[in-house]
Amino acid sequence: MSVATVLLVDDEKAFVEAMTRRLTKRDVDVRAAFSGQECLDALAAAPDVEVVVLDVKMPGIDGVDTLKRIKAEYPLVEVIMLTGHATVETAIDGMKLGAFDYLMKPSDMDVLMEKIDAAATKKRQHEEKIIEARAQSIALRRGD
Amino acid sequence: MTDKSYYSGLRRSMIGTIVVVSLTPLLILAALGGYQFHSAYKQKVLAHMEQLVLGHKQSIDAFLFGKLAEIRVLADVTDFEKVRDDDGLSRLLLSMQERYGGVFVDLGLVNAQGTQVAYSGPFRLGRADYGHALWFQETMQREFYISDVFLGLRGLPHFIVAVKHSWGGQEYILRSTIDFVAFNRLVENIRIGETGLAYIVSRGGEFQTKPRRQVAMSQSFLNEVLSPEQNMGQSRFGGPVPAHVHLGQDPATGEDSVFVTAGLKNGDWILVFQQTQEDAFLLFLRARNFALVGVLLSTLAIGFMAIVLSKRILNTVVETDRQKDMMNEQVIEAGKLASLGELAAGIAHEINNPVAIMVEEAGWIQDLMEEEDLRAMENSQEVLRALGQIRTQGGRCKEITHKLLSFARKIDPTMKTVHINELIEEMAALSEQRARFANVHIVTELAEALPPIEASPSELQQVFLNLINNAIDAMDHEGGQLKVTTRREENQVVISVSDTGQGIPKANLQKIFDPFFTTKAVGKGTGLGLSICYGIIQKMGGEISVSSVLDVGTTFHIRLPLRKGEADDEGRA
Repeated sequence: MSVATVLLVDDEKAFVEAMTRRLTKRDVDVRAAFSGQECLDALAAAPDVEVVVLDVKMPGIDGVDTLKRIKAEYPLVEVIMLTGHATVETAIDGMKLGAFDYLMKPSDMDVLMEKIDAAATKKRQHEEKIIEARAQSIALRRGD
Repeated sequence: MTDKSYYSGLRRSMIGTIVVVSLTPLLILAALGGYQFHSAYKQKVLAHMEQLVLGHKQSIDAFLFGKLAEIRVLADVTDFEKVRDDDGLSRLLLSMQERYGGVFVDLGLVNAQGTQVAYSGPFRLGRADYGHALWFQETMQREFYISDVFLGLRGLPHFIVAVKHSWGGQEYILRSTIDFVAFNRLVENIRIGETGLAYIVSRGGEFQTKPRRQVAMSQSFLNEVLSPEQNMGQSRFGGPVPAHVHLGQDPATGEDSVFVTAGLKNGDWILVFQQTQEDAFLLFLRARNFALVGVLLSTLAIGFMAIVLSKRILNTVVETDRQKDMMNEQVIEAGKLASLGELAAGIAHEINNPVAIMVEEAGWIQDLMEEEDLRAMENSQEVLRALGQIRTQGGRCKEITHKLLSFARKIDPTMKTVHINELIEEMAALSEQRARFANVHIVTELAEALPPIEASPSELQQVFLNLINNAIDAMDHEGGQLKVTTRREENQVVISVSDTGQGIPKANLQKIFDPFFTTKAVGKGTGLGLSICYGIIQKMGGEISVSSVLDVGTTFHIRLPLRKGEADDEGRA
């Protein structure tokens, strides 16, 4: 089993490819999208994505807007903001909107891996809790 | 310097304008007024002289014709018996001399042949023959005659009044000599001013009275002085000939003079009154000189004023220009920074992605190196070192691009009410840790009751952090004291950050706010910190300046404007 299923979103193709290779080597299931819209499409096609690594500055729908829509449609999917800018404010905005964390580009691979791992873990915990809660509710219902 | 010639040109034109604008009306007024006054005064003086001459002419004429009339009356009323012999005449003469005050000198009766048949007087003129004398012939023709003044047989100036009368069918002429002295006095008394003098000349140019001083007389001069009517003798029997005024040169002295002439004795004689113009118009000339002195003084005053005023204006202009230049420089500086910021941001953003990719690719190679067969490679350690270096240098690039981005970015630029003192305490506390390592002691001296200002707190934080970090860096080797003070100066809050570091050489002081200017070792600083501070403070309408003494320390001053209300409060207080 892979460490996590990650959707990498950046308009820089070369960057996405390099990251994909490196993350894949670290047992991460990586998918790529090159714009906000592609990201949403990919999520719609593959709902098993656990973590989205999302570039903030992109043509078309930008990172913050994409994040809003991801959080609206897939509240459990964790998002790590990836900013080429030193715009920490955007990252803070993003985290206020529910992003898991932020990273500055170029980022240290180890840090990224840690964050992806933590995000995936958080998501899984969430899901587990949801399953638990469901099971409990079923159990409680049975008890009725 | 071109500025100097420009200013001196400006000054000249200012002086010129002031002088022309002020002097023109003055001169026009002086000229017009002077001219008006001149002509009015001249007219008045001349009219007065004319009046005087006419008056005298009348009195002289009256005198002459009075004497003539007296002789005529005498001739009319006297019996022939009484004038026929010397005794009768002497009785008549005696009575006339008594009644008329000695004007009549003698009396004589001349018969139609020109022989004086009877005579009474102080001279021995009995039986004198006047048959060829001019006066005799004239009298025979004209019934009466007043002669010109002549020396006659006596050698004294006198003139004759003669009347033709017939007694017992025979024509006789009764003549009398009029004392010239009495007559002369009439004319001599006409004096105006210093040089005014009057005299009578005959039409032939002979003096009938003795002028007070020598006067050159010639026929041509007389012709020139007389009016055309007087000259032609037209009005000899016409109405009264008006006096004539002539302005010309006195042939005797060559001075410009006024000549007023009037015909006497039906135009036979001419009463001339002459006075030098200088004397006649003395009062006017005095007034004119006074006015000229006034104009001259005014001109001097205006000139002086123009010089002083232009100097003052020029100083203001120079000062204004200097300020304008300074403002221009600042605007250019600000514009330069702004465009540099945009450029930097653009470049940084464009470079950041490639750098990120390069670093990632290097990372990828590093990942691949983990594999066994690659690790066994001879130079694997060297490759790993090189990759490490690529990543390190990529990291440096990242740092630079991030700083560049912050150069133009807007970190929460929203204006809020900021309490400067609190902000500074916060930043000082934040830097405490770093300062301790550098052996730097941070001291704050904050003015109490400092009014809050309107500013972007996050931007100000960046500025202070930058300045504090710089100060700590400046004292890095030996340590020292970092002092932050705040105080209020009129409508500004002044924040000073001073260190006791090595100071900034003069050559560097000017460049210190330039982007990318740094004295730090390569890789230690980007040279953007102070220019970012500069941009931020400038944007807030404040000022940042630096003063530094080598080996003593450096102080940065930041001046920020107070809020409008606060500034007004100060004004009211």
